[in-house]
Amino acid sequence: MSSRIFGSGIRRREDPRLITGAATYTDDITLPGMVHAAMLRSLHAHARIKNIDTREASTAPGVLAIYTGTDIDGELQPVPCAWLLPSADLKVASYPCIAKDIVRYTGDIVAVVVAENPYQAYDALELIQVDYEELPTVIDPEAAAKSDAPQVHKDIPGNQAFHWVVTGGDVDAAFKNAEVVIKERIIQQRLIPNAMETRAAVAQYEQATGELTLWNTTQNPHIARFICSAVTGIPEDRLRVIAPEVGGGFGSKIAVYPADFITIFCSKKLGQPVKWTETRSENYQATTHGRDHVQDVELAGTKDGKITGLRCTVYAGMGAYLSTAAPGIPTILHGLMLSGCYQIPAVKEDVYGIYTNGVPVEAYRGAGRPEATFMLERLLDLFANKIGMDPADIRQKNFIPKFEDGHDVITGLTYDSGDYPAGLTKLLSHAGYNELRTKQASGPKDNRYLGIGIASYVEICGLGPSQVAGAIGFQGGLWESAIVRVHPTGKVHVFIGASPHGQGEETTFAQIVASEIGVSPDDVKVFHGDTDATPMGWGTYGSRTTAVGGAALALAVRKIRDKAKILSAHLLEASVEDMEYADGKFFVKGSPDKVKTIQDVALMANVAWNMPEGMEAGLEESTFYDPPNFVFPYGSHLAVVEVDADTGQVELIKYVALDDCGPQINPTIVEGQVHGGVVQGIGQALWEEAIYDNNAQLVTGSMLDYALPRADGLPPIEVISTTTPSPHHPLGVKGVGEAGTIASTVTVYNAVMDALKPLKVRRIDMPFTPERVWRAIQEAKGN
Amino acid sequence: MKVPVNITINGRVYQREVEARLLLVHFIRDLGTVTGTKVGCDTSQCGACTVLLDGVSIKSCTTLALQADGCSVTTIEGLADGGNLHPLQESFWNKHGLQCGFCTPGMIIASHDLLRTNPSPSETEIRHGLEGNLCRCTGYQNIVRAVKEAAEMMTRK
Repeated sequence: MSSRIFGSGIRRREDPRLITGAATYTDDITLPGMVHAAMLRSLHAHARIKNIDTREASTAPGVLAIYTGTDIDGELQPVPCAWLLPSADLKVASYPCIAKDIVRYTGDIVAVVVAENPYQAYDALELIQVDYEELPTVIDPEAAAKSDAPQVHKDIPGNQAFHWVVTGGDVDAAFKNAEVVIKERIIQQRLIPNAMETRAAVAQYEQATGELTLWNTTQNPHIARFICSAVTGIPEDRLRVIAPEVGGGFGSKIAVYPADFITIFCSKKLGQPVKWTETRSENYQATTHGRDHVQDVELAGTKDGKITGLRCTVYAGMGAYLSTAAPGIPTILHGLMLSGCYQIPAVKEDVYGIYTNGVPVEAYRGAGRPEATFMLERLLDLFANKIGMDPADIRQKNFIPKFEDGHDVITGLTYDSGDYPAGLTKLLSHAGYNELRTKQASGPKDNRYLGIGIASYVEICGLGPSQVAGAIGFQGGLWESAIVRVHPTGKVHVFIGASPHGQGEETTFAQIVASEIGVSPDDVKVFHGDTDATPMGWGTYGSRTTAVGGAALALAVRKIRDKAKILSAHLLEASVEDMEYADGKFFVKGSPDKVKTIQDVALMANVAWNMPEGMEAGLEESTFYDPPNFVFPYGSHLAVVEVDADTGQVELIKYVALDDCGPQINPTIVEGQVHGGVVQGIGQALWEEAIYDNNAQLVTGSMLDYALPRADGLPPIEVISTTTPSPHHPLGVKGVGEAGTIASTVTVYNAVMDALKPLKVRRIDMPFTPERVWRAIQEAKGN
Repeated sequence: MKVPVNITINGRVYQREVEARLLLVHFIRDLGTVTGTKVGCDTSQCGACTVLLDGVSIKSCTTLALQADGCSVTTIEGLADGGNLHPLQESFWNKHGLQCGFCTPGMIIASHDLLRTNPSPSETEIRHGLEGNLCRCTGYQNIVRAVKEAAEMMTRK
């Protein structure tokens, strides 16, 4: 059992409820007396509120209450930012839950209506009259940083939220002495996360006890409780946050949002349960977006293909306010990964976080790392082109050689383990790279050009040691916790502080327990997502749940095994030193017939009739695990495209992903994470873009206008792997939730640009819509 | 003004008075016990609300409850035969065709209709047949595998 279950692609334990419609998401919850909230959101991206007239709306059928910004004065504190970046001149703008004077993005809340049913609430929204005085807007982060740009917050000059610098080595000397310099401008367009479940909250405030229960679509219920307590003033011990079934997050459910606090406020005022469920259009307008970088990047190198320096300036659009974790994304999670898989002796990056009149930007799958990987992997291709080297060879030439226990890089991080050259070699051989190049060399057929793109990445995840969290301004810890409780019959309950929402930890964590104490994974139930029922934990993001929470669980269940060993020795009248464990059985060395199963031990521990002196009854252990370092999964991906030069249409015809996330607990789940991640990244390259017009109005405001990947238009994704354990993790595992997204955008980008190389097209801003590609071809032709 | 409707959901008849504008998806979900059908968008794009109306798949977010008067609706809850999962439910489970599960009810119902009209679809036909249903987690690949497996299971029967 133990040796087979770890690494087995067993079916997921969470699926039966999901495939039968029995799962309960937040919007599925109905409570007695429950009423419904709807948010009135600003139509303007920047305007002064001159007057709000709610008289007509308040008499509409079913309306129970309407609240505006003045009603929450003293009741709801501003929305906090929880990543207070040090040494970056950080300026956090006050973010009111309901705008009272000025709205700063389309979607800023100006009023809330509570009614008997949602139809009535939305009807009443239409009847609220708001008199606005429009103010000038700015949406492009680089333009917003200019001295004459409209000011989003009058007390924050230049719209500059922060200026953060990372530097290592002598970058000026590197560029002074460079034989080759490559410069590129890269636009990381704004993206909309699009978790299939929009955000929702149900708040139930008990006026008699002062206790509040909040059901919330969140990736981190314990953080949500912490923040809700600070904003609403309800003490933490009376505040319970439950993340029921959560329909995806991708970073957009890290933040706690104004609407969540407002829903609590309404329930408190009315003494009734209140539900708020976001519409999809509202989700596009008001739930955090991702990316939004304008990057100017430069690479210094030698004529024979060695990188000698990297220098860049990034304008990172933050939107109108700083969301919960936003300042850490384009800095810590981006800038520190600047040197990627390579030996680069000198780097410098300036990151300017800039307020704009857009929806606040947050972590979005990959969060900073796709933007870092993209710039480096794009520059490498340009460098290779310039000196006439194969893109694969230039990567091999610059890779950090294989290391098993720590490698210091120029940005100050210590990577844990990796064998980048072997990964790329395996990928190229599996994908038939040489044959593909031969095919490409035969030239286009029917004016369709073949392109081959590769990219290598290393990501920082498993966030992270708490001491580091404190040093980088993260207003929380980054450990995880697990409680393991073995019942008298040997069935196991596991309680974790992290909060998976589709990643399958109810299965993989059961596999961890099964592999450590020899029970069946079917006998392990994993509880998560309820602050009253689980130990504190910091949540599911940054590919950290298995990397940190899985380690906590492994250590807790090993304590169970240690106690069981002592108890079984006692029951077998043997000394502990003579006891051995295998596959759920404790036996005396040399006497395999003298044996106690984990179930025997569990029964005795729970009835406690015959315990060793001093041993407590019960079989329950807990661990709070703070990792000694981050983990650094890595890999190399390859894409093949055909570009139709007549129409500009890009067709992705092959995709191979090689990822190394250490030993895989459940390879089927790992493969699923890679599939989903890769397609999300492909979406950025080929289809997705949140577009604002000159008045900062969101043009791609619905699913009709924002092009998400669909089932057609995608080739099968081939997923292969290598296995390099993390030296510091009890199970050796790393994370894999974001890997696909980090690698695939630039892999596809490089493939398209490789296809267009014979046509002399040098750069195109994503996404590669046929029109953009066609125009770029025409421009290159001089048409 | 309310209008009487008579709608059968998963074999059980519901007689209710509804507002003429009430969407079928809200009619179903507001019954309180059948919440498997989801609302994922407001433009009829995502397909999370897909149900069978007299055996044919529709998006219940763009159908009025009134339009379903006298009809029979099958939701994800009505697909299993007693305690036995429908082959599509079984194959989505087998092939890891879901992660967060939010699109899954609609995706399974849409797949049901795909196999009704094309019992042995190719991979391309499956991908084309499901383009009206969005999934952000799986990248669709295991959904395609699941539908293929279900097709094989159902044609073997």
